[in-house]
Parts: sequence; C-alpha cells; structure tokens
Amino acid sequence: MSVINSDTTILEKEPERAATSRPASLARRIGGLSDRAIAWLFITPTIALLLAINIFPLIWAVRLSFTNYRANRPNAVVESVGLQNYQRVLTDSDIWIAMQTTAHFVFWTIVLQTLIGFSLAYLIDRKFRGHAFWTTVILIPMMLSPAVVGNFWRFLYQPQIGLFNYIVSYVTGVPPSSFEMLGSVSLAPWSIIIVDTWMWTPYVMLICLAGLRSIPDYIYEAAEVDRASAWRQFWSITIPMALPFIMLAVLFRGIENFKMFDMVMLLTGGGPGSTTEVASITLKREAFESWRTGRASAFAIILFVAVFGLANIYVKALNRVKQR
Amino acid sequence: MSNATSAHSVVEPSATTKRIAGIIVVLYAIVTMVPLAWIFMTSFKSPPDSISYPPKLVFTPTLEGYCNLFTTRTRQTPEYIQSLGPPQSTCDEITRSRNMVIAGPSNYWPRFTNSMVIAFGSTFLAVFLGTLAAYGFSRFRVPLADDLLFFILSTRMMPPIAVAIPIYLMYRELGLSDTALGMILLYTAVNVSLAVWLLKGFIDEIPREYEEAAMIDGYTRLQAFRKVVLPQATTGIAATAIFCLIFAWNEYAFAVLLTSGSAQTAPPFIPTIIGEGGMDWPAVAAGTTIFLVPILVFTILLRKQLLRGITFGAVRK
Amino acid sequence: MKTMCRPLLGATMALGLSTALPTLAQADELTLCWAAWDPANALVELSKDFTAQSGTQMKFEFVPWPNFADRILNELNSGGKLCDLLIGDSQWIGGSAENGYYVKLNDFFDKEGIKMSDFAEAAVNAYSTWPKGTPNYWALPAMGDANAWFYRKDWFSKPEIQAEFKAATGRDLAPPTTWDELLETAKFFNGKEIDGKKVYGAAIFTERASEGITMGATQALYPYGFKYENTTGKYDMDGAVNSEGAVKGLEAYKELYKCCTPPGYTDAYMGETLDAFKSGQAAMAMNWFAFFPGLAKDENVGGDRIGFFVNPKEATAASTLGGQGISVVANTDNMDGALAYIKWFAQPDVQKKWWQLGGYAVHNDVLNDPSFKDSQPFAADFLVAMNQVQDFWQEPSYAILLQAAQKRFHDYVVADQGTAKEALDGLVKDWTEIFEDEGKL
Repeated sequence: MSVINSDTTILEKEPERAATSRPASLARRIGGLSDRAIAWLFITPTIALLLAINIFPLIWAVRLSFTNYRANRPNAVVESVGLQNYQRVLTDSDIWIAMQTTAHFVFWTIVLQTLIGFSLAYLIDRKFRGHAFWTTVILIPMMLSPAVVGNFWRFLYQPQIGLFNYIVSYVTGVPPSSFEMLGSVSLAPWSIIIVDTWMWTPYVMLICLAGLRSIPDYIYEAAEVDRASAWRQFWSITIPMALPFIMLAVLFRGIENFKMFDMVMLLTGGGPGSTTEVASITLKREAFESWRTGRASAFAIILFVAVFGLANIYVKALNRVKQR
Repeated sequence: MSNATSAHSVVEPSATTKRIAGIIVVLYAIVTMVPLAWIFMTSFKSPPDSISYPPKLVFTPTLEGYCNLFTTRTRQTPEYIQSLGPPQSTCDEITRSRNMVIAGPSNYWPRFTNSMVIAFGSTFLAVFLGTLAAYGFSRFRVPLADDLLFFILSTRMMPPIAVAIPIYLMYRELGLSDTALGMILLYTAVNVSLAVWLLKGFIDEIPREYEEAAMIDGYTRLQAFRKVVLPQATTGIAATAIFCLIFAWNEYAFAVLLTSGSAQTAPPFIPTIIGEGGMDWPAVAAGTTIFLVPILVFTILLRKQLLRGITFGAVRK
Repeated sequence: MKTMCRPLLGATMALGLSTALPTLAQADELTLCWAAWDPANALVELSKDFTAQSGTQMKFEFVPWPNFADRILNELNSGGKLCDLLIGDSQWIGGSAENGYYVKLNDFFDKEGIKMSDFAEAAVNAYSTWPKGTPNYWALPAMGDANAWFYRKDWFSKPEIQAEFKAATGRDLAPPTTWDELLETAKFFNGKEIDGKKVYGAAIFTERASEGITMGATQALYPYGFKYENTTGKYDMDGAVNSEGAVKGLEAYKELYKCCTPPGYTDAYMGETLDAFKSGQAAMAMNWFAFFPGLAKDENVGGDRIGFFVNPKEATAASTLGGQGISVVANTDNMDGALAYIKWFAQPDVQKKWWQLGGYAVHNDVLNDPSFKDSQPFAADFLVAMNQVQDFWQEPSYAILLQAAQKRFHDYVVADQGTAKEALDGLVKDWTEIFEDEGKL
C-alpha cells in the first residue's frame, strides 16, 4: 500500500515548549486547550468507537470460539471446549468445499475483471471524443447495491421469461429454456461470476486508468526515439508502469470477493445443492440459522486470519513490484 | 497502432485507433446498461407483461408496479368492488381492475425512510469524527500513529458476517437490536475508517502555513481549525461524505442480520416484496428504481472524486 | 461541491438527531407477525372485527416464507419487541418454549374457559404443545395446513387425452392415488402440447435456502415408510431415516423432479409452484392447503378447471404437516391486548368467519359442521389430510436439523450428487451428531 503518500509532515514540538516559545498573548489565546489536548480530543472519539464496535466484540468472539455457546439458548450452560471448535471447523469437509468455492469465485472474477477492466482503461486512454461521458456511464454499476441489483438479476436469469437467456438464445440459437443459469450445477458459479464482473469491472478499469495516466509522456517519446515498436512499448513501458495499480485493484477486489455475501445470497442462496456456497454463506448458516455461535466464532476468526494473512503477503509483493 | 510514420505526437493516437476504441467502449457501456434499463422498463409493466415469454420490449406502460409497491391489497368479489364508491386515485382504479382493493400502505416507505435516517445519520457521524481524527493524525505527532492508522484501515477488511456475530450479542445485551441508533453506530464505525484515511489525505494537502499564519494573527488552534482548515477541506469532506453515504445506503449483510422490522432498511426489504403467490416483479423493479436514483445522481456528481474514494485514497488522479 | 456541502451536513445532522428520539408505541396497538401469503390477507380482513370491538389498532408484519423463519427467529433471539403476537411455524415450538420466547397459555386458557378439546386433536398436538403431546400449551391452533396436490381438471377431462392415457397405461385417467400413479401421470403429461403450449408433468418444491425441498421430499418419504426414529423419543434413527422404503421414496421424488418439472424450477417453493400452475405450464402441482381458496377462485385456472387431491399413498397414507399456532411473545409491552386478541380469536363464531375468509380454522365447531365438507371443493380432502399428517422434528435444534436435511436433499435431488441411500445415510450421520451435541444421544 505504498502508493499512499504517507509523508506525514511531522513538526510539532512538544506542546509545552511550543507555547512558551511564543509570545505570551498568543499562548493565552491558545489558552485552555494545549495542542496535545486537542490531538487527544480529536482522535479519542474515533478510537473509542472503533474499540467499542470493532475490537471489544472481536475479543468477545475470540472468547466465545473456545466455548459451546449458542446464541439461541439463553438458558443453557456454557462450557469451555478448548480447541474443539477450531478442530471441527478445520476438519469439516463442507467448510473446505466452501473455501474452494470461494477461491474459484475470487480467481475467476479477478481474472475476468482485470482483463476486461484493463482493456477498457487502455481503450479509454486513447481519448476518443466523448470518453469522459462514457467513462461515467460505465462506472454506474459499481455504485449500486449488490443486494438490490443482484436480486433483480435473478429475474434476468429466469429460463423462460428472463432477458439473459433470451439474449443468449438470440445470439447463439439455443432455446432459452434449455439452460438454467441459477439452477444447473455447472452454470450457477458462472451466473455469479457474470454479475460480479458486470458490477466490478468498472472498478478495476478506473484504477487501471489512473495507472495509465500516471505514465509520463516523455517515456513514450524516448521509446519512440529508440524506434521501439508499439507492441514493445506496450509490454516494456505500459504494463510494468501500470502493474502496481493493477495489483492494487486485484488486492481490493480479492479482499472484497473473499467476503462476498449479499450478491450470492440473493442470486443462488448457495445452491443448487451447495455448489455456490461461499465461505460467508456457510458462516451465516452456522451463526444465524444453526446458532452454533461458538463454532461460528471459531470459523470467523479463521477467516479473519486468512484475509489478513493473504492481504499482508500481497501487500509485500506489491511493494516489491513498486520498488523495482 | 500506427506510430512512427504518423505525423501526430506519439502519445496522441491516430484517428482510426480512436474511432475503434470509441466504438468498443460505447458498445460495452451500452451492454452494461441493459440490465438497468430492463429494471426501469419492468417497473412500468403490468405483472402479466413482466413475465411474458418471450420478454416484451414493447408494452403499454402502467403505474401498477408503483401502486403495488406502496400498497397492500386484498382480493374481493366483483360485486363487493362494484358496491364501493368511485375510485379515489389512479392506484385505486388499477387495483380494482384486478379484483382487489387497497387494504393499506405497504412497508416500503417506512423502510426507505429508515434507509435515509440510518445512511445520513451514520454519514454525518463518520465524517464528523473522521474529520477530527484526520486533523489530529495529520497535524500532531501521535504515538503509534502508523499502527493506529493501519488498525483503522484493517477494520474494513473483516467479513461482515464475522463482525456481525459478536455485534449481534452485544446489541442484544444493550437493547440496540433492530434500532436505528444501533445501525447508525455500526455503520459509523465501519465508515469512520474510510473517512479518516480519505480526510487525512485531503488535510495533508492543506499547507500548514495557513493555520500558523492565522494563529499568529491571534486565532486559537481550534479557531484556526474551524475557520481555516475546514473551509479548505470542504471538497474533501463532501467527497468523503458521499462515499460513506453510498456504503451505508447499499449495505445488506449487517442490515439483514441485525434488523427485523422497526429499523430495517430498504436493501433487505426489496427482495422480499411479493405479490399474490410468486414475485411481483414490476413492484420489485419499481422499488429498485426508486432506491437506485439517489445513488445514480451521486455517481454523476462525484465522478471526479470516485477514484480516491474507492481506493481508500491509495490512488489519486 | 462546496455549495452543496453545508445543506448536506445540515440535513444529516437533523436526521441524526431525529433518530435519537424513541418512537412512542401506542398502548392500544398490537403487531402481529406472520408469513406473507394468502391467508395473511384473510387475517387482516378478519382482524377488522377485533379492532371494531376492542378499539385496538392492529399492525401486521408479514415476511415471505423463504425469509420467515430466519427473520422471526432472529428477532426472537435478539429479544426484539417487533411482534406482540406471532403465528409461528409448528417446528419452532420446542425452542421457543424452552427459551421462554412464548408465554405459556395454560393459566390463561383455564381462566377464560378456552378448552383445547374444542380443537382438532392432531392440530393441538402439532401447533400448541411442548413437550409434544403433553398438556403444556404455548399457542392456540390458528391455521391447520398440510401439503397436498391440485391438477388441471379441464385437461384431465379432455376425451382425446383420456383415450391416449388409457392406451398408454391401460387404466383410466384420474387424479393419482398412489405415488406410482403420480409418477406415471406426470410422465404422461410431460412434454405434451396442450392448447398450443408445451406443458410439464408436475411443479414441486425444490427450494434450498429455507425449508422448501424438505417439505416437498417428505411428501414422498412419509408414504414410502420414512420414519424419524425406530422408537419414538429414543433418537435411534439408523434404519428408520435410511430404511429401504425411505430410499425408494427419495428416489421417487428425484424421479419426479428429473422427468417432469418445468425448466428453471430448481429453487422453487410456494410462489414458484403457484406461478408454474397459474401460467398453464404444469398439469399437477403440490402446495399447502392455504393457497387452495385463492386457486379455486383464480381467473385463469380456477373454477371447474382445477381439481384437488390428497397426497397419494404408497406403503402408507401420509401428508407433510404445515400450519401454525398463534402465540403471545413473552417480550411484548402489551400483554393484555395480546391475550385479548387470542381470546377473541378462539371464539367459535370468529373461527367460522376465519374459515369463510380463507383461513383454515381447526375448531371442532367448524370441522364437525355437516356443511363443512361441501363448503369448498377441497374441504373434504383437508379433513383426510389432517388425519394423516406427519411433521418434521419440533426439537429446539430444529433449525440445524432442517438445514442438514435441506443440504442432503438438494445435493441429491437437484445437484445430482451421490445416491439416495448415501443422502439418507449422511442425514443419519448429521442428525446423530446434532443430537450428540445436544446431549440427547
């Protein structure tokens, strides 16, 4: 995440000294509140809120993950079960299948979105007339609610009455009721990948576009002097220079899709069978339908660790690319 | 791609290249708009038209979807309906033509209001707290600042369902389940991470000399913050606010798990709109259309700040 | 951007403040929660009488079936105050009783002279008691229901179709009375052109997320001899859940799904099967009795175009139980009002009007009325079905038990994984593990 400019200008001397070093009248006007007090006054509420709503519950979840607690059994005795929840989650074949489903989903959405997103950015960067307007149009899907729009896609995917099947049939000639995007084991994962790609390609496109625009013209001009072919310029200038941006897009999409819940829930609900049951859906079922809160907490902690672990490894790789 | 031989500058593509690029991009844009156009069209169809096969492109527009969205209806005998006085409204007329009468308002409007209250309330709080914290981090030496900032950022990486488990238990203890206040606090906590990051970036860009000059002129630090820094940061604050608003407006996972009625927002409600047996797709489309309009407006207003917001300020144009 | 910022902040501040004020609930107001379906509209109509008599305003929170259990159980667990009265599903009784989410009604019934013996016994057992069959009442039976079938009477009575059926099968075309006949009839109709449209054999439940496919598959499993336990109350499931008969039953359900359902019905529950039937795609369909009054009146397929039949038997006669009791939520702020509603609802006259409006009253005065059988084309079938109902586990852990069943059934029937035997063996394994966790095994 080194793209962030974190050149925080550090200048404040110790507040006391700052006060004494200034004329007395000024010191009086700063008055009641020293800089240090202001700093704490400004930062504390945010930290307090985060502690209350993020950290405290997280610690609570860690504690629960070692018990057999169930949130729908207020009268039951809560017992400590040691690492049993973790052991059960990690040896549960259904959970591993859900993780694979998630990985499949994350992988293909990233591949498709990066390819299409980058290509679009490249084309938009040709700066044809009206490109600003069309860029805005393309961006619209990603601003919408995945739940509300995903719900409507369920309608588009209906075999008899849905627009999607009808268009596919119009283009390819297959009868529209001969395939079921949401209902068939082989197509259901793709129905989700298609909607996610529709929604989030603009996101990747936007970041790639920023990457392309960050490449200074003089580099291309120098390449031109060296008579490098367009193909060569693309591979030795455009791609390497834009790579940190592409990777950043991949990082954000990866994290987001690893958490994916709403869209899948509304499109397939994890079905047919369990073919599209991604990790978040398994977790939701465990926590809010089965109410095995202890075990669900253990699973949640494992997911946290996985996201942070993967994200950290990735950020390291990103920094290495950046430094090259 | 023509290059060396063409006369124009190397970074300025040829006219043909531009035209081809333009055609492809426009085609892509049109394709991505089809689902949205379809939602809009469906909202003006009658229920039978909406599920006709093959899908209808040409149809007689009706407001039935919008009527069904905002009302609940009961089926009655034709004799009973004839015994009623003349219809009170367009919706009344449409409903009666289906052998039904309006029984009362639906829950859509209260849910939409909840969305407004929770989204705007949490946005205000997140931006307020975020501005203060961002100023603090930007201008003062804060112990462990980097760790704190990373911690703030990382809270957004957690899967919402995982966060929801302990929040659910905590809210149950505190009586915050299914309350607007609970949802506002939660969305504020999630959004404040984005707000701090973005705003710190914006405030870092404001030269510190401005405030120092003001303080030498006799302003206190707080006055300088209010009269010098805030006006300079207005654009950044507005952009941040809209990003927070979009998150809170679109959020589904927390809403579906932590609210059941009184504080339920529109996203978990819209998929549960059903008609007499089966889905009432025109009503769903109408609810979706109304729900999407504010975000469409913001997207257009915001297009210049979009990049910074969605990447946590990691990328700037 | 600068100009819009100030009003925006002002607006957010105003809204933020307004939420801090608690909404004041009116004392003479009750919220009743139920599923969003046809009978709920009838209840709105019926409750107008209650409001007229008592002056209590009724508010309703109706949740569509696929979200109903999820949302309302979540609401109960979170100690919310959304519902004063709840018409909750029969399987929730165990958990809600043990966790104290429902008010125990015995004392109230005694005080007000409401006798459970006035209601059909099967319904009282299913909708009101916990532990099962004991005189501990947590609800008043509100709505009797079972899974049953309906068919296109007009197609069944076309002479050319009848002749064709006779030639193909050697028997007369009639509503099926066994599952074999059901399969045969469904296959016969499937793919036929009728009135210029391609039609399909039967629309059945296949929904994955809540309870759909379990409610559908058990409709086949029970007649083929599926049992939950070898000995009631012992949780000894091996040999009962996965008995030979049960395997055949599940295979029959899959066969029906594979051969004869309309395309796209891979995640279908009540609404979808109704749509399939109403749009003229299906010759037969399963659904709850609750929808039958609406179907009988339907503009396109109702009247003399529709016929009804009880779930066909096979080894034994059985139907999957639906239906609900009405309970008072322990957390309510308006206990007196809620109890007054129950008292009002239990009156024989109100129960009679409930049936007339399309609700399935199970008060004996309604059911034993000699005119009952002829009051609706499906009324006689309803009595037959209610005498042969079987219900899913009503254990406090019902949600986990149901989830395991949903997964096993959907994986086998729709996603085509493994065999019926494997699915049921797997179910025994899942359920055993759940009961072990409970300390019941």
